Amino acid sequence: MLRKTARRDRVLALFGAGVLLLNPPIVNLFSGYVFGVPALYLYFFGVWALVIGAVALICERGAGQAADGGRDTPPQ
Amino acid sequence: MSQPVLVAIAVAYLLLLFAIAWAVERGSDRLSRLTGSSVVYTLSLAVYCSSWTFNGGVGKASQTGLDFLPIYLGPTLVFCLGPLVLRRILRISRANRITSIADLIGARFGKRASLAALVTTIAVIGLVPYIALQLKSISNGLAALSSSGSAAGIDGPVLADGALWAAIVLTIFAMLFGSRSIRPGEHHPGMVVAVAVESILKLIILTVIGLFVVYWLFDGFGDLFAQASQVPDIGAVFDGSSQPYGYSWISMTLLAALAIFCLPRQFQVMVVENVDERHLNRALWLFPLYLLAINLFVLPIAIAGRLILSPDTDPDSLVLALPYLTGHPWLALIAFLGGLSAAASMVVVEATALSLMVCNDVVMPALLRVKRLGLAEKSDLTRLLLWIRRAAMAAIMALGYLYMRHDSAQFALVSIGLMSFVAVAQFAPAILGGIYWRNATWAGAFAGISLGFGIWCYTLLLPSFARSGALGMEFIAHGPAGIALLRPYELFGLRGLDPVTHATFWSLLANIGAFVAVSLVGNQRPMERARATMFVDAVDSGEVAQIMRRTALVPDLMTVTARFVGREKAVEAYANFARTRGVDPDTTMRADAETVLFYERLLAGVIGAASARVLVGAVVEEEPLGMDEVMRILDETSKVFEANRQLQEKSYELENATAELRAANARLKVLDRLKDDFVVTVNHELRTPLASIRAFSEILRDHAGITDGERREFLQIVVNESERLTRLINQLLDLSKIEANGSMPVANSKVDLAEVARESVAAVRQVFAENRVGLSLDIAVEPAHVLGDHDRLVQVTINLLGNAVKFSPPETGKAHLSLRREREFFEIAVSDNGKGIRAEDREVVFERFRQLGDTMTDKPHGAGLGLAISQRIVAQHGGDIWVEGAENKGAIFKIRLKAMPSKISGAKRAR
Repeated sequence: MLRKTARRDRVLALFGAGVLLLNPPIVNLFSGYVFGVPALYLYFFGVWALVIGAVALICERGAGQAADGGRDTPPQ
Repeated sequence: MSQPVLVAIAVAYLLLLFAIAWAVERGSDRLSRLTGSSVVYTLSLAVYCSSWTFNGGVGKASQTGLDFLPIYLGPTLVFCLGPLVLRRILRISRANRITSIADLIGARFGKRASLAALVTTIAVIGLVPYIALQLKSISNGLAALSSSGSAAGIDGPVLADGALWAAIVLTIFAMLFGSRSIRPGEHHPGMVVAVAVESILKLIILTVIGLFVVYWLFDGFGDLFAQASQVPDIGAVFDGSSQPYGYSWISMTLLAALAIFCLPRQFQVMVVENVDERHLNRALWLFPLYLLAINLFVLPIAIAGRLILSPDTDPDSLVLALPYLTGHPWLALIAFLGGLSAAASMVVVEATALSLMVCNDVVMPALLRVKRLGLAEKSDLTRLLLWIRRAAMAAIMALGYLYMRHDSAQFALVSIGLMSFVAVAQFAPAILGGIYWRNATWAGAFAGISLGFGIWCYTLLLPSFARSGALGMEFIAHGPAGIALLRPYELFGLRGLDPVTHATFWSLLANIGAFVAVSLVGNQRPMERARATMFVDAVDSGEVAQIMRRTALVPDLMTVTARFVGREKAVEAYANFARTRGVDPDTTMRADAETVLFYERLLAGVIGAASARVLVGAVVEEEPLGMDEVMRILDETSKVFEANRQLQEKSYELENATAELRAANARLKVLDRLKDDFVVTVNHELRTPLASIRAFSEILRDHAGITDGERREFLQIVVNESERLTRLINQLLDLSKIEANGSMPVANSKVDLAEVARESVAAVRQVFAENRVGLSLDIAVEPAHVLGDHDRLVQVTINLLGNAVKFSPPETGKAHLSLRREREFFEIAVSDNGKGIRAEDREVVFERFRQLGDTMTDKPHGAGLGLAISQRIVAQHGGDIWVEGAENKGAIFKIRLKAMPSKISGAKRAR
């Protein structure tokens, strides 16, 4: 039960961080070029990739657990 | 290229896709297993990336820079919450056999079909522009590629319009995929696999075009962006001098986040076509990754388009125009096929999902209510269902085509798409409220959705007609009848927002406001309350069934169900259900509440919850329940639920504590018994030698006439007994010393076990000789270095050898000491051929004063401390000691010690 709550909290925190980082006003902080590529372009794809990585970590680690929880709806 | 050739290629491509789908549904094993893969599931979700992404995204990027991104960031953020929100929607939908988004909302908010019908109507009206968008993008593509330029585009005659042919082909395609047969659960594996294939194609093609643009037309990213920064309005997007992102960005993120589960086609692939809940786990990160990958080259392609092509090129066909106008027609053709893939999969899935909704939630409930038609008495309705669906598809596609011809010329792809997003976003409050808020009511949902939809019509749909000339521009500029406060783009004087953001704000505000307010004011009817509990608490369906208290006759239910599901499937499903409940399917006539619910769900899987309820309602007898009664049952249920949970937790804790206590208690008992034994034995062991010493000393003192021989004999006994006493006391001291500081300091020096073995054998050889017992020594490894105390290890070995000689029969007795290497351990084994140790005694021989055999008849051979001490010494060396062997073959005592790492032993040897 504790582990499930911890997972829920992580998921919520990740969502909150994603909403903040990928929306104005934070995104308006980035301008100019890094190595000739627009900083904003790099920023978006970088943060995006990080968020996806974090989701992957949370979901794949919890996969076994989820499978347990899914017993009540067996695959058809 | 001429248009007929292009159309022929496009049709051939679509036929190829259909061949794949057909092969999957025909069920060659390898292919049909594809649908059971989480990757295919993820790729089918990518139906989200329609030609809006493929062509429109680039168009948008070429106009305003990074503004296209929120459409993909929104879904990514919702997928972060996937383990909570999406999984819940998935579970509830599967448990209730939900077949569409209208079904979900309808099922949650109770019996009346009107809500599901409203949702369906909104979905159809809201999505017609979106379907039109796909057709427009196909038409754009044909125009951009055909040698006659744009002459054959939407301004030309109808029959020469490629989009018309595309619409017809796609309609047929959708019919073949989405309404070929009636299946319970509405799975369309063929369609899913075809969509997955198309998703792979559009990703690959867009990436290829991107690489071509960046590395063929330009010298890599650096070159592209360097040239771009010279163009003032492109440079402004990146150097921070342009308008900062604001409300429009946030509203697009929000809309996309809601669309990912509110769009009928997304609901179809994500929930309805889902075959295994575990697939969602993988998709939660794989799908956002797909979105990221497909968007990687959108901006570079858009910028290149701005740099290379003339400004009057249609931004929405940049992906095609770039390779085409730079002299690579084949690449342009591939790009066209990519856009076609994106459009085709979207149209097919959307048409399938919408036709299901129209059929199940609008047409069937209406037809079933009309008693004159007598549909409820017809024997087989599956064909009727199919034709209703096909007709619905045709109608939806026709609407889309008409909208495109009539209306869309002035709009970019993205703004048409966003309009649809705002429409479907109106479902989100009802869905989320429905699964998390127990007190949400039917009236609240109805009010919220209709009000939100009304505002959408007023602020987005009507103005779109106005702009295309059907209504005057007056309407937009000055409001209806010149009332400035009602201007559709500045409702109530709200200025400074773009139309989509403006409409999003007002419609969702009104929607949520009405939903919450009406829900709070109104009361739930009993059945609504029951359904709310089923959704929010995910209560066991059996309990809900009990609350509904419906009964019917099994044959009645079976007849109704068989008409829609087919008799064979219905009989089989019921037989399975009956078996799980331990009921005989052939003899049971009376269907209890749970059975009724089973039939209702079986039907719902085919014709939707609304229709299923009407049908089942016709044959069941429902005991009317008073509000009070339902409330009482439900409150009790939830109280019992909560109490149960708490009780379970408590009893679990208690169980744990009890188990620990019991273990501790058992240990204490053992220790207590051991202490008693110890005292008794020590008493006995010390008294015996003392008694004999005293007895013989008294004889020597009191009897003067003892012969010399006798005196020597008696004194010898006294000496022996004193020695035994000393040994006993020494051993006791030893043992208590070991036990007192737990880890008696072991001299941690390098010890060669081979030496230990030899030394021990030398020490006991005399004793063996005296007892006429043979002793052999076998050293297989030398040197055998371990860390430890040399003297202690010799003590242990001697003790084992001593035991061996004690318990070996004289003359025939044979003892054997061996030293071998066993992986990273050294093992000393001492075996004898005495009577051995019974298996049940092998654990206890290492206890203090434990002597085997009958203590009354056998003469004790020692204090019984030797093995106890040996065991503790070995334990201090971090090793193990145990005994093996069968009773008639004697006993083998084994010691296992960890070998010193050879590196260290080598180093020490060198020193």
